[in-house]
Amino acid sequence: MDLFLQQILTGLANGSIYACLALAVVMIYQAIDHFNFAQGEMAMFSTYICWTMISVGVPYWLAFFLTIAISFAGGVAIERLIFKPIHNAPVLSHIIVFIGLLAIFNSMAGAIWDHTIKTFPSPFPDGSFQGLIGMHEVGMFFVTLIMLACIFCFFRYTRIGMAMQAAAANPESAELVGIRVSWMLALGWGLAAAIGAVAGMMIAPIVFLDPNMMLGILLYGFAAAIVGGISNPGGAVAGGFLVGIIENLAGTYLPAIGSELKLTVALVLIVTVLLFKPNGLFGKSIVTRV
Amino acid sequence: MVTGKKLALTLVAAAGLTLTAQLASAEKMYGPGVTDTSIKIGNTMPYSGPAAAYGTIGKASAAYFAKVNAEGGVNGRKIEFISLDDGYSPPKTKEQTRKLVEQEGVLLMYEGLGTPTNSAVHAYLNHKKVPQLFVATGATKWGQPEKFPWTMGWQPSYQTEGKLFARYVKENVKDAKIGILYQNDDYGKDYIHGMREELGDLADKLIIAEESYEVTDPTINSQIIKLKDSGANVFFNVATPKFAAQAIKKVRELEWNPIFLNNSVSNSVGAVYKPAGLENSKDIISLQYYMDPTAPETQQTEAYKKWAAWMKEYNPDGDLLNTFNVFGYLNAQTLVKVLEQCGDELTRENVMKQAANLDFEIDMFLPGVKVQTSPTDFYPIEGMMPVQFNGERPVPIGKVVTLSK
Amino acid sequence: MTANIDINVEKAEKNLLDGRRLNLKWIALFVALGLTVPFLFDGYTVFQATMVVIYAIAILGLNLLTGFNGQFSLGHSAFYAIGAYTAAVLVNQLDFPVYVTIPLGGVVCFVAGFLFGLPALRLEGLYLALATFALAVAVPQILKSSHLEGLTGGVQGLDLFRPSVPEFIPLNMDQWWYLIAFGIMLLLFWGAWNLINSRSGRAMMAIRDNPIAARSMGINTSLYKSLTFGVSAFYTGIAGALGAIIVEFVAPDSFTFQLSILLFIGLVVGGTGTIWGAVFGGMFILLVPNFAEQISTGLSYAVFGVILILVIYVMPSGFAGLVNLLLSRLRKLR
Repeated sequence: MDLFLQQILTGLANGSIYACLALAVVMIYQAIDHFNFAQGEMAMFSTYICWTMISVGVPYWLAFFLTIAISFAGGVAIERLIFKPIHNAPVLSHIIVFIGLLAIFNSMAGAIWDHTIKTFPSPFPDGSFQGLIGMHEVGMFFVTLIMLACIFCFFRYTRIGMAMQAAAANPESAELVGIRVSWMLALGWGLAAAIGAVAGMMIAPIVFLDPNMMLGILLYGFAAAIVGGISNPGGAVAGGFLVGIIENLAGTYLPAIGSELKLTVALVLIVTVLLFKPNGLFGKSIVTRV
Repeated sequence: MVTGKKLALTLVAAAGLTLTAQLASAEKMYGPGVTDTSIKIGNTMPYSGPAAAYGTIGKASAAYFAKVNAEGGVNGRKIEFISLDDGYSPPKTKEQTRKLVEQEGVLLMYEGLGTPTNSAVHAYLNHKKVPQLFVATGATKWGQPEKFPWTMGWQPSYQTEGKLFARYVKENVKDAKIGILYQNDDYGKDYIHGMREELGDLADKLIIAEESYEVTDPTINSQIIKLKDSGANVFFNVATPKFAAQAIKKVRELEWNPIFLNNSVSNSVGAVYKPAGLENSKDIISLQYYMDPTAPETQQTEAYKKWAAWMKEYNPDGDLLNTFNVFGYLNAQTLVKVLEQCGDELTRENVMKQAANLDFEIDMFLPGVKVQTSPTDFYPIEGMMPVQFNGERPVPIGKVVTLSK
Repeated sequence: MTANIDINVEKAEKNLLDGRRLNLKWIALFVALGLTVPFLFDGYTVFQATMVVIYAIAILGLNLLTGFNGQFSLGHSAFYAIGAYTAAVLVNQLDFPVYVTIPLGGVVCFVAGFLFGLPALRLEGLYLALATFALAVAVPQILKSSHLEGLTGGVQGLDLFRPSVPEFIPLNMDQWWYLIAFGIMLLLFWGAWNLINSRSGRAMMAIRDNPIAARSMGINTSLYKSLTFGVSAFYTGIAGALGAIIVEFVAPDSFTFQLSILLFIGLVVGGTGTIWGAVFGGMFILLVPNFAEQISTGLSYAVFGVILILVIYVMPSGFAGLVNLLLSRLRKLR
C-alpha cells in the first residue's frame, strides 16, 4: 500500500512536470493552431538565462520575473522575424522551421553553457514531505494550478484572450471584426514562451539543467496535452497528471513490462485513449463542414 | 625491489627504443597518412545530438595533440588529428570512418566514442587492417586479439568494474541484498553482466531488484521507489551523471540508507556530487583509476597543476570540473606513447605491435594504476581503487585492485 | 479539428496531369547520370551515393503517405528499423541469402504498416503525428528489450556480412551494391508513378483533399488509408533492409526518432506530392549535416537549423515546388 501511495504521489510530481509544459503547448496551439516542436528547447534556453542571472547575483524572484519578460519578448520576436515572412508557406514547411529552431537552441545552449549538468535553485524549502514527496514537487504542483487559473481567466474573461481564440479559430472573420490577427499570433508566441520559461524554471531543480533536459519531457508534454484535449488548458493539466500516474503504475505493477518498457506502455495507453476519444478526454468534438 | 623491477623495465624499453630507432634510421617505413613531417589520425565523436556531452573528450584529445605539436611533434612529425561528428548514430559512424580511411587516408582510427558506433566499424576496420585504437567505451569486446587483432580498448571495461564491485560486496557486506539502477543500453547491461558473472551462483540470490531507465525519461524517481521497496540494503547506481545525481537526491529524500555503490562514469565531485548535494553524497563508494580534478586534494598535486596549465593554454574553453577533460588528456598521451615507440617505422602493423607492448604510468593516474598491454592482453588499464566520498572528497578505502592479471 | 496538412491542391492537380506524360528525355538523362556514378568516384563517395538512394526510397515511401494521402507520420524510422532488422535477423540467425531479405523486409513492413494503419484510421493531423512519433520512440526500446534479446542481439546490435560480388561481374562491392540499390530505386519510382496515376492513386489523393467528399463518392476511405500506410511502410522497409546491408550492422541506436525527423525533413525539403523530389531530399539529409559540420563542429546543429530555415524561405514548397515554379515561369516567357 505504501508503495502504491508513493508511486501515485511520484506520478503526480512527474505529472506536474508534464502538465507545466503541456500548458505552453496548449497556449501556442490556441494561437497558431499547431504544435511548436521547439517549445521545450525554448524553455530550456530561458532557464539558462535565469541561471546566468542568478549566478551573477541577481535575487531569485527578480531573475524569475525578468526571465519571464525576456522570454515573452523573445517569443514575440521569433514570430515577427521568422514566421511572419513565411506566413503563407504550407504547414509542413512551418514544422521544418520548428525543427530548425529546435536544433539552433539546443546547439547554442551546448556551446554557451557546456553540457555539464547545473544545479538550479528552488524557491521552495528543502527537504521532503514525510519522506514521500519533495517540497519542491509540492510547490510545483501549486504553481501549475496557479498558471492554469491564470490561463483560464485570460481566455475566459479578457477581451484580448477571446480575440486570440477568435484569431486562431477563424482568421478571416476575426480580421473583419477588427482583430489584428497577425499581432495575436505574436502575442500567442510570447505567452507560450513565457509559460514555457516558468515550466523550465520549475522543472530544472528536479531534473537538473542541461541542454537536453527537455528532450524526453516535451514528448510527454505533447502526450499530456493531446490526451487531455488540446484546446482545453484544464484538460491538458489533467492529462499531464494522468500520464504521470499511468506511467508509474504500469512500470510498477505489470511485471512482464517493468521499467524497461514503461514508456512504450504509456504511449500505447495514450493511443488507445485517442482511439475511443479522438479529441482527447476533455476536448470538445468538432463537427467538420464540407 | 619495486624500483629495481621498474628500472629493469625502463632499461629494456630504452633498449627497445634504440633498437627500433636504429632500424628506422636505416630504413624509414611509412603506412598511409604518414610523411616526414606529419601523421594523420582519424576519429569519430558525437559533437551534436543527445550524446554531445561526450564531445568534450575529442576536444580534449585534440588540445593535447596541439600541445605535442607545439613542442615539436612526435619524433619531428606533427599529429594531424581529424575528428568528425557522427552524432552517436552507427550508420553515420560508418560513413565518416570510411571517409577518414578511404579519402583522408589516415594511419589509424583512434578513440572512437560509443559501443554501438564502434561496433558498426569493428568488422570493417579489422577487415581493412586499420588500427582501431583506444576506443572510448567500456565494452568488453574491444580486447580480443585473436579475433580482432586491429582493435584495442583503453579504459577498464564496464564489466571489469562490475566484477570489482561484486567482489567488494562479497568481501564487505553480510547478507547483501543488491538493488540495481541501470541505463537501458550496452553500458548499463555490461555492468550488470560483470557483476552477475563474478557473483556466479549467488547472483540470483543476492541481486533482488534491477530497474532500468531510458535516457529520455524525465526522472528516475519511480524506479528508486521500487528499489527501496524491494528491501535492498546495497544500491548499485549504474547511471550517467544527470541520472546519478537525481538518484542520490531521491535516495536521501526517501530516507533510504543502503550501502551506496556508484559507477565510475558518474564518480565526479563537480559534475555529480555537488549538484546532488555534498551532504547527500556522503559515504558513496566508487572505483577510480584517475584523479578527480574536482577534488580539493587532487588540486594540490603536481600532476593536477601540469594538467591545469595545459587546460589553460590549449583548452581554454574547457571546463576544469569536467572529468572528460582528464580522460581525453590521458588517452591522448597513450597514443603519443605508441607513436613515439614506433620511431620511423610508422606502418599499421608496427602501430599495433607497439600498442600491444606498453607498460607505463601517466601522472594523473592514481598511484599504482598502469597502462599495460601485451600481444595477448588488449586491455590497457585494469586497475581501480575503491574510494569513499566523505562529504568533501573521495578517500581511498583500499589498494588498487585488478582482476587477476 | 481540421487536418493540419495543407497541401496546395492546385499544384497537386497539375502534377497529376504532368505525371501522365512521362518526360522520357529527363528520365533517360537521370538514369544515365545515375549509372555513371560508381565509375567516376571512389569507394567512399559511392557508399554515400548508395545511402542517398536508400534515403530517397524511404522518403518516397513517406511521401506516398503524407504527400499523396494526407496522413502525417513522424514514425517512419520505425518501419526503416523493422526492414533493417528483418534483413539482419534473417541473414545473421537463419542464414538467408542477403538478396532475398530485401523484398522480405518490405513485405514484413507492409504487414506492420497495414496493421498500424488500422487503428491510426481514427486519428488525424496532430493526433496521428503523436501516435506515429510514439511508434518511432517505442520501436528501439522494443528491439533492445530482454524478451527479444536472443533474436535482435539486444543493445549490442547485429552484424551482417555481404557475400562477395559474383565472379563474372567485374565490379567491386561498393559499385555492385550501388547499382542494385539504384535499380531497386528506379523500380520503386516506376511503381509509385503507376500507383499514383491509377484509379487507386486518384482515390488516395481525393481522400487527402477532402475525406468527406471522397467517402460520399463511394471511396472506401478506411481501406485506402490503411493500404496506403502499408505501401508506404513497404517502401521504407525496403530502404531499411538495403541500409542494413550497406552499413553491415544494425543496432537500436541506428534508428532513433531522429531518423524519423531526418526523413521528414527530406520529404518537405524535396517537395511533398512529387516523386522525384525524394532524390533531392535524400541528398539533403545526407550531405547537409556533413556540410554544417565543416562550417562549425561545435555548432553543427545550429548551422543545420539555420540552413533549414533558409531553405524554407527560398523554397517554401520544397525543391520540387521551386523547380515547378521556375518551369512554369519559363513556359510563360516562351
